[in-house]
Amino acid sequence: MKEVKIKLSNVCKTFGKKTVLRGVNLDIYKGESLVVIGGSGTGKSVLIKCIQGLLTPEEGSILVDNKEVVGINEKGKEELHSKMGMLFQGGALFDSLKVWENVAFDLLENKGYNYKDAKSEAIRVLRSVGLDPEVADLSPAELSGGMQKRVGLARAIISKPEIIFFDEPTTGLDPIMADVINDLIIESVKGLGATALTITHDMASARKIADRIAMLYKGEIIWQGTVKEMDETDNPYVVQFINGNSQGPIKTGV
Amino acid sequence: MLLLRKVEKFLRRQGVPLTRFIFKVGELFIFIVHTIYNCLTFPVYWRNMLRQIIDMGFYSVPVVGLTTIFAGMVIALQSYSGFASVGAEGMVANVVLISVTRELAPVLSALMVAGRVGAAMAAEIGTMRVTEQIDALTTLSTNPFKYLVAPRVWAGLIVMPLLVLMGDVIGIFGGYVVGVYKLGFNPANYINATLNYLQALDITTGVVKAAVFGFIISLMGCYNGYKSRGGAQGVGTATTNAVVSSSILILIFNYIVTELFFSR
Repeated sequence: MKEVKIKLSNVCKTFGKKTVLRGVNLDIYKGESLVVIGGSGTGKSVLIKCIQGLLTPEEGSILVDNKEVVGINEKGKEELHSKMGMLFQGGALFDSLKVWENVAFDLLENKGYNYKDAKSEAIRVLRSVGLDPEVADLSPAELSGGMQKRVGLARAIISKPEIIFFDEPTTGLDPIMADVINDLIIESVKGLGATALTITHDMASARKIADRIAMLYKGEIIWQGTVKEMDETDNPYVVQFINGNSQGPIKTGV
Repeated sequence: MLLLRKVEKFLRRQGVPLTRFIFKVGELFIFIVHTIYNCLTFPVYWRNMLRQIIDMGFYSVPVVGLTTIFAGMVIALQSYSGFASVGAEGMVANVVLISVTRELAPVLSALMVAGRVGAAMAAEIGTMRVTEQIDALTTLSTNPFKYLVAPRVWAGLIVMPLLVLMGDVIGIFGGYVVGVYKLGFNPANYINATLNYLQALDITTGVVKAAVFGFIISLMGCYNGYKSRGGAQGVGTATTNAVVSSSILILIFNYIVTELFFSR
């Protein structure tokens, strides 16, 4: 029996009159890489933010290591975040800090490292994501989109988190750079033995990094299974989404 | 019946903006409580605080210096032209002293710093909000209030009184330059008159006002930036709101503090 790392039960989240999540039920097992696919505006990012405690759902329960996240206090939130890493869609690197300070942020602010040790550790992790040590002293604005993603990945994994979130990791990258990032994600997750939750609408990326895929549509998980099961399913929503057909049950506003 | 229906229609129309206003006031109140709590508890990010003190203080010296020297010069000229008609030219040094220390240095300096620093705070924090950098801070187990807001609020509280003390000296010097070199006062007499009239209360009022204004500038800069939404336009709106709201609050609190010190 696999151990459940993250368990979502009937999670509902609304913004004003708009309901984004309508009773999401999802189990993420320890050490697996789960990819949530779905179109824009289906609530993928909101789902990740709810698990991280950045947003509070109106209903439902989110358990991480059997501890409730909904309604968690500030101290509990800090504890929760200490076992999580996140690669943001736009990188979300701190403009005012150098690249190495971004990567080593957690070590400097929370782990009590001195500057010398933190910098050498940051350079080691930057190397592991394929960046030269010269990049360490640049500012994030001097980097290309692909390099920023790598720096974001280095920042996410430097503290060896148990859970890593990837928010649209390949969006805005060329196909080759996207594949490089996919390889780095697989290496990092497997290397750390971490549990990974990725949200994306890039099917090539999803096929490559997923142990299991779940599809979010209109705020609900409408299907989940392995990549092989996804290719064999006759669920019309999944078939339309993975083939990118404009005709089908998923209606998009033009 | 018709009148009642009109009243009901009027009240209903006021409902949305009124609710929005109450929501905003509540949101600001909660933000202030969070800010004060995080300013008074550990950890303290000293490096961030030092950076803010340099940004807000050191780089504002030219702006505050220029503002207060011209304010002092103008007051000397204006008061001379007014008092000469009643033969009270000797009061110029006193008027310059009181005007500069109690009102002009704190208020004008605060308005200039609100435009320079408050806007920058709102723009920086607003950009961090819309590019998910604030979420990134949270996921890195770092409280954004302690990391971003508290150092700026402390910087405002520390720096503004120092800037105003400097502005007092420069403003009085401006009055002295006009008094001696343009209006022909004896330099020794002018300095003597200034020192004779100088009271601790004048300086204290200015410094207390400066601390209050420093808190307002940082608070409104951080609040508007922190709550900004919707990309570049949202950041632009936050910046404008930060300057407008802090300027209005500076003028309101200027009256309140003056009332507290000088009402009889």
